[in-house]
Amino acid sequence: MFGLPNACVLKFDEEYHSLEDYHGRVARWCPGCGDNGILTAVQRLCRDEQLPPEKTVFVSGIGCAARFPHYMKTYGFHGLHGRALPTAQGIKIRRPDLNVFVNMGDGDCCSIGAGHWLHAIRMNMNMTALLHDNSIYGLTKKQASPTTPQGMITNTTPRGAQLKALNPLSVTLGVTNASFVAQAVEWLPDLLYDVIRQAHQHRGFAFVRIIQRCPHFMTEPFESLLANPDRLLLLKHENGMRISDVVGRMYKSQTEHDPADLNRARELVEDPDRVPIGVLYRNEAIPRYDELRRPQRIVSVDRRRAVLDEAFDSFGIFPQDPEETRAGSGGQSGDRENRGHR
Amino acid sequence: MQTVEAYNRGQRTDLQPEGPDAEGAPAEKVDEHIVEIISDSGEGAQTAGQMFATVSAKMGNGVWTVEIIPAEIEPPARSIEGASGNRVRLGASTISNSGDAADLVVAFNDQVLLGRLPAGEFKRGAIVLLESKWGDHADKRIAAEYASVVKRLRAEGYRPFEVPMEKECAQITEDAQRGKNMFVAGMLAYIYSRDVDLFRDQIATKFRKKGDVVVGVNIGMFEAGYLWARENMDVRFEIAARPVTEPQVVINGNTAVALGVVASGMDVCAMYPITPATSASHYLSDIFTSVGGVVHQAEDEIAACAFALGASYAGKCAVTITSGPGMALKTELMALSVMGEIPLVLIDVQRGGPSTGLPTKVEQGDLLAAIFGTPGDAPKIVMAPATIEDCFFSIITARKIAETFRTLVIVLTDANLATGQQAFRRPAFNEEWVAPPIDQTPIDEGHAPFDWDPRTGLSQRHIPGQPGGLYTLTGLSHTREGGVAYGPGVNQEGCRYRSLKIAAFQKTLKPPEIFGEPEGDVLIVGWGSTKGAIEEAVERAQGDGLKVSSLHLTFLQPMASGIREIMERFKQVITVEINYSDSLEDELIDEDNRRYANLAWLLRARYLMDIDCWSNVHGQPMKPGAIENMIRERIQWLRGQ
Repeated sequence: MFGLPNACVLKFDEEYHSLEDYHGRVARWCPGCGDNGILTAVQRLCRDEQLPPEKTVFVSGIGCAARFPHYMKTYGFHGLHGRALPTAQGIKIRRPDLNVFVNMGDGDCCSIGAGHWLHAIRMNMNMTALLHDNSIYGLTKKQASPTTPQGMITNTTPRGAQLKALNPLSVTLGVTNASFVAQAVEWLPDLLYDVIRQAHQHRGFAFVRIIQRCPHFMTEPFESLLANPDRLLLLKHENGMRISDVVGRMYKSQTEHDPADLNRARELVEDPDRVPIGVLYRNEAIPRYDELRRPQRIVSVDRRRAVLDEAFDSFGIFPQDPEETRAGSGGQSGDRENRGHR
Repeated sequence: MQTVEAYNRGQRTDLQPEGPDAEGAPAEKVDEHIVEIISDSGEGAQTAGQMFATVSAKMGNGVWTVEIIPAEIEPPARSIEGASGNRVRLGASTISNSGDAADLVVAFNDQVLLGRLPAGEFKRGAIVLLESKWGDHADKRIAAEYASVVKRLRAEGYRPFEVPMEKECAQITEDAQRGKNMFVAGMLAYIYSRDVDLFRDQIATKFRKKGDVVVGVNIGMFEAGYLWARENMDVRFEIAARPVTEPQVVINGNTAVALGVVASGMDVCAMYPITPATSASHYLSDIFTSVGGVVHQAEDEIAACAFALGASYAGKCAVTITSGPGMALKTELMALSVMGEIPLVLIDVQRGGPSTGLPTKVEQGDLLAAIFGTPGDAPKIVMAPATIEDCFFSIITARKIAETFRTLVIVLTDANLATGQQAFRRPAFNEEWVAPPIDQTPIDEGHAPFDWDPRTGLSQRHIPGQPGGLYTLTGLSHTREGGVAYGPGVNQEGCRYRSLKIAAFQKTLKPPEIFGEPEGDVLIVGWGSTKGAIEEAVERAQGDGLKVSSLHLTFLQPMASGIREIMERFKQVITVEINYSDSLEDELIDEDNRRYANLAWLLRARYLMDIDCWSNVHGQPMKPGAIENMIRERIQWLRGQ
């Protein structure tokens, strides 16, 4: 405003955003669906961070999780199956002022959009990507996804899924330029909230895998993790997830893990017996594509004119002084009448 | 022996000026000539051809240049399909297409001629300047091949000149193979009485970054070629030139497209490498950052389109540049652009298809795919520039249409425009070309993101950052408010308004101008890069009193009003296109199963007229002579009726 940076302007009309201000349409997920808990955690985050709704965009693909933007009262882009990440990148490339969140299911991210996933990690643009991983295709009614446990009976694997499940965390931690990797489960809301909060505050591409249940089609690994809470390994660190006393007393399986330690993070996610919960890796020193490609200057119309003129000059032909017209352009007096359009 | 130093900067002054008293053969006056320079890949034939063309344009000749490009970077040497080079058509007046057959050919080896000879690329009696080193090659097979080609050329009435290019160049540089293109440029400068100083400037510009010695060596070889031709050749041509009276630019269609993107004020171009579109992004990458733009090379074609669409959704209209196979991959996102009413410009530099087809060759086979390729009803705007100049302006127009009508605009150029070079009037910058800044003003309370005007279907889009405009864009059937809704009336309403927008746009189009008389025997209808060739053919036939005219369509979807009235005034309407159509001469083909060329399908379906087509998929630019012959045959046939 009037050339002043926004931060210097006292906004008299600035309003406080309550939780309800982020409530969009009424969610139509099934009762018991893990997506409900994720929605609540994200709305809480928006309120606590006071994210301006008009400066916040939720981008999704297709699937149950992809309905997420409709249930937020912000801007949203409910696009195509698998294409949430490149769409979000396009949204962010010229809009550093926007808070960009991406909601993907396991089919969206790890199957049809897997190529984009790798490159989004490598590009490290500033956004928060939430993988709603319920290990099944829900919206299309129970087909195996890349993260479906081996042996699981689904409509496309009636004799059990043949392949071992893909590990989204080991993939993410293996990609060049991974800068924030975390894991949460939707049924521990405080931990989920804190992991998403840290992801949002990270400057770079923050990837959070959220293990969630699908009450209709996939109760694993939810049920076995609920039955064996010690399989959840809470990651403790002063730079990591906040663990309240109550949660700490309930989930005693904990380990000290420095999010700067990439090798340990890789080991933790490969442990077949434990499910690490918390911030696995964080590195804000990794360059961001949105920063690298940021315009170096504000471009005026005159500047654009100058650049075009320079380009035209480099390809230009200019009228010559007739006196200087050189040999070869001899027959200038040629018959103009005969010079039709060729 | 001339030393490098002798040439370096101390240019020879005894080459010019040429005048009536000049040494050498007397020059034969011609209106125009087509010159082809062909070599194996990487021997610099294209550089020599481009320099020759640029110098000619600067001297005031009409010029059209076409690249001859193999699909591989360095195919096996001396291979027939490996022919790489340049065709330059230069004339006393404006040249609008690559013409018919070549008058003079420079070949760096005998084999590259073999593909182009039977294709009718060389005029009978054409002069062929052939590198002679193969004649005494140690490999007897090669020497024999060379001898047989020279023999064949003579037998078929061509005029081969055996030129010791490399041998002559070896006196100046150790790397004679790489430098002989400048020797060739020198020969052409002599044969066509080109301005030697302009050539020297071009060479200096081209090699400036490599240092003075390299510049000197190349100028030296240029001069050696000039002198060799003067001493050894008895042919010489003079093509009158019109002095340049207004500033012009000489660029190819892909460069024009890139400059159009800059001029349009778009900020984001997302692409994935694909021939023959990529060079537009190369040039754009070079200059875009200086106007705050970004060329994003995405991980695939789909991501490129999604990235552009995301950028458009959150700001100014963005652009993605591709070719047919890439457009096929983008179709789902193209439909999302239509459904979500997100402006987007998609440039398809068409190549030969189907599938990967002919990557470096021209075709106009994507028209129907562009219009109808998206499943479901996805109305959009499809336009096709016809000239290099059009390539520049059509991007500016496309951006404006996309923003105004909240829609996808597809611009169809092709390999012929992409690599063809032509001089045209230097565009004068206009502030109105440039996209306005991103609107961040508050949206009025209660305004819906798809507040369709009942008559035009138009609505104001909401851009993230605008207070009061919150909504979630979706590719699902949605209401005015943007909410997902599957009710029977909802999808009908959305489809109706998106279609009405196209009608509203159509009402802004002017009827196309007819080339020639407004009535007659035959009307040729074309679109895209064939305009120059069609109009030249029509003009030639008109010159003989034949009643033929032509019509060239810029907007293919929707089409302007008034086309029917034009077509009805001719006995027969024929489209000329570079895409496949069935021939009625094939035994199985009849009117029940004949598949028509792309535009013919469209015209027949819309106007219920018996419109014929004449098309092929040789991967070559249309030759005016071939179109002219077709016109003559048709008119003769009509008269016999």
